[in-house]
Amino acid sequence: MANKVRGKREVEIRFGERLTPARQLVRSALTSGPGILWVNVFLLVPLLAVIAMSFLTRGSYGEIGLPLTGENYTRLAGFGAFGFDPLYPLVIVRSLVLAAGTTTVCLLAGFPLAHFIVQLPPRAKQIALTLVVIPFWTNLLIRTYAWQILLGPQSLAAKAASALGLAEAGRPLYPSLGAVYLGMLAAYLPFFVLPLYSSFEKLDWSIAEAAMDLGADGRRVLRHAILPQVLPGMIAGMILVFIPAVGQFVIPDLLGGARTVLLGNAIQQQFGASRDWPFGAAIAFVGMAVVMLGLSFYARTAGRDSEEALL
Amino acid sequence: MAQAPGEPIGWQGATGTARATSVEVEGVRREFGSFVALDGVSLAIRPGEFLTLLGPSGCGKTTLLRILAGLDVADAGAVRIDGQDVSEIPAHRRPVNTVFQSYALFPHMTVRENVAFGLRMKKVPGTEVTQRVDRMLDLVRIATFADRKPAQLSGGQKQRVALARALINEPKVLLLDEPLGALDSKLRKELQVELLALQRRLGITFIFVTHDQEEALVMSDRIAVMRAGRIEQLGEAEEIYERPRTRFVSQFLGTCNLIEGKTVRREGLAVLVETPFGELRVEGHGAPAPPTPESPRDALTLAIRPEKVRLVSLGAAGEEGENRVPVTVRELIYIGSETHYLLDAPGGLILTAYAMNSRIGSQGFDLGQAATAVLPPAGLLVLDD
Repeated sequence: MANKVRGKREVEIRFGERLTPARQLVRSALTSGPGILWVNVFLLVPLLAVIAMSFLTRGSYGEIGLPLTGENYTRLAGFGAFGFDPLYPLVIVRSLVLAAGTTTVCLLAGFPLAHFIVQLPPRAKQIALTLVVIPFWTNLLIRTYAWQILLGPQSLAAKAASALGLAEAGRPLYPSLGAVYLGMLAAYLPFFVLPLYSSFEKLDWSIAEAAMDLGADGRRVLRHAILPQVLPGMIAGMILVFIPAVGQFVIPDLLGGARTVLLGNAIQQQFGASRDWPFGAAIAFVGMAVVMLGLSFYARTAGRDSEEALL
Repeated sequence: MAQAPGEPIGWQGATGTARATSVEVEGVRREFGSFVALDGVSLAIRPGEFLTLLGPSGCGKTTLLRILAGLDVADAGAVRIDGQDVSEIPAHRRPVNTVFQSYALFPHMTVRENVAFGLRMKKVPGTEVTQRVDRMLDLVRIATFADRKPAQLSGGQKQRVALARALINEPKVLLLDEPLGALDSKLRKELQVELLALQRRLGITFIFVTHDQEEALVMSDRIAVMRAGRIEQLGEAEEIYERPRTRFVSQFLGTCNLIEGKTVRREGLAVLVETPFGELRVEGHGAPAPPTPESPRDALTLAIRPEKVRLVSLGAAGEEGENRVPVTVRELIYIGSETHYLLDAPGGLILTAYAMNSRIGSQGFDLGQAATAVLPPAGLLVLDD
């Protein structure tokens, strides 16, 4: 509330005090200061360090030093010492495909699930939500090993699959692409369902009823009345799944068999065994840049139309 | 339309009366868990009629409307629209449209897109859609807002969009669920008049739900007063107001003085009733037949509207056969055109009287003044309960 004081300046009164510039400064320093400090020290500084490192040179013993070079990036683009090799571009593409696939699977499984949960009676709703969140209580690695057991040669799933003629009897269901997506779905579904659920919770059903009343059948009610309302939650969920899925490599590793190189383990390898921090930094930065570019592209095209829906 | 007291309420359609009906509701029942929302409602609505379902919240009026729209399903009973049983027809294929209480406009669409929605669902060709939308926007006078989103509209404008969006489909029946409930009283009165004019012009059957008795009286051809899942009384506005049949109806529509009594004897056309005010003469004038000694009712309730009570000075000469009750003015509320009096009457009762301030100069009576309240025998009604 702005109160006019002595007809001269607009003076804001907060908590019964006149807000002078000095007081305002103190107030903002105390309230938003810690957050700004945190973001700067623990996010911005390391990020800048990574970017800087990606332009440095690796010494013979893995030490990092001058001169500044763009070599890490040309190598990442596939132009190494022995001519063009699409290994690293493929790593990026492979990771993006895995993330997109995971997002799609989560969308297909999560949308009906969120829709189902929101229509449950309050008690059952609580239980269902708890069940969705329960996987978070266990470490991802342990959950993924658990999938190995569940898909193992003696498991119920393997027996059922062989009975249906989908798999050879006595063989595990992993490593396989299906097992990878199953593991990814199990790991990321909660990230998709929770934001979508909260959108469904706020959904104004009278708008769906209005669409029905105006002659829309079930499919068109979904398309014209429900989807536009839950779009913000759906997009939030897709982003929450896509971004970590780009960097995921444990699940494809354990359930996909033959070590496929993905962004995540490529970075790990460079910072670990290969002791090539500058190159690792370059991979990390490019991976991040690709995701950021994708998101900003989305925000510009789809964002213009659905901006109001998003807010 | 006067109805004999015993006749089932508003139910002529099924008994084969020649009169055409637009909507027939027969024995509709709806329960939510242990709560009975509709307890066997039957109702026949004529084509082009403006019928109001009036009642307090929770009386089942919105549930009935939703069942007509196909948004809810009756547990028992039948609904016919233009003679066709619609119980198995889903909402999106019924020839009815609804104006929702909260308007339920599509927030991501412009006004024009909102109004065009029904036609688009019916796959009407684009050029025809444009023409009809333009015409409809003009009809409800929102053409200037055509390209705005609902969030940029005022309540009254939203209301018009909701109306246009429903009417453009040329429904056989338009259902309106407290459409004016969220508007301020001035706008509300304006829109009442407009809505009524529109209904007369289009000739569409309107079924209008409200809990506002004044709105019901202003707008309706007929009013169905609902209570606890049943229709208490159905009739034209004047009939419902002038001759309420039950305590509930008399109190829900306007205010009413209720006087408990016992029949004493018949005297010509009149019946004498023993009350705390002494013996009152009641002349059943189109009202439910007064009880007779042949079919005595021990206890009965008399009702009289405050504006029918005449307040006169103590000494004033009266007419033969008038009911005169000595009272003192307990409270008076001056509201300009009228003065409302609360009167202390015999037996510890309080009587309400409304007097038009039609005289020039000083008006009426003072606080604490003794006076005589005249209860005209024809103004007294005998209630069913």
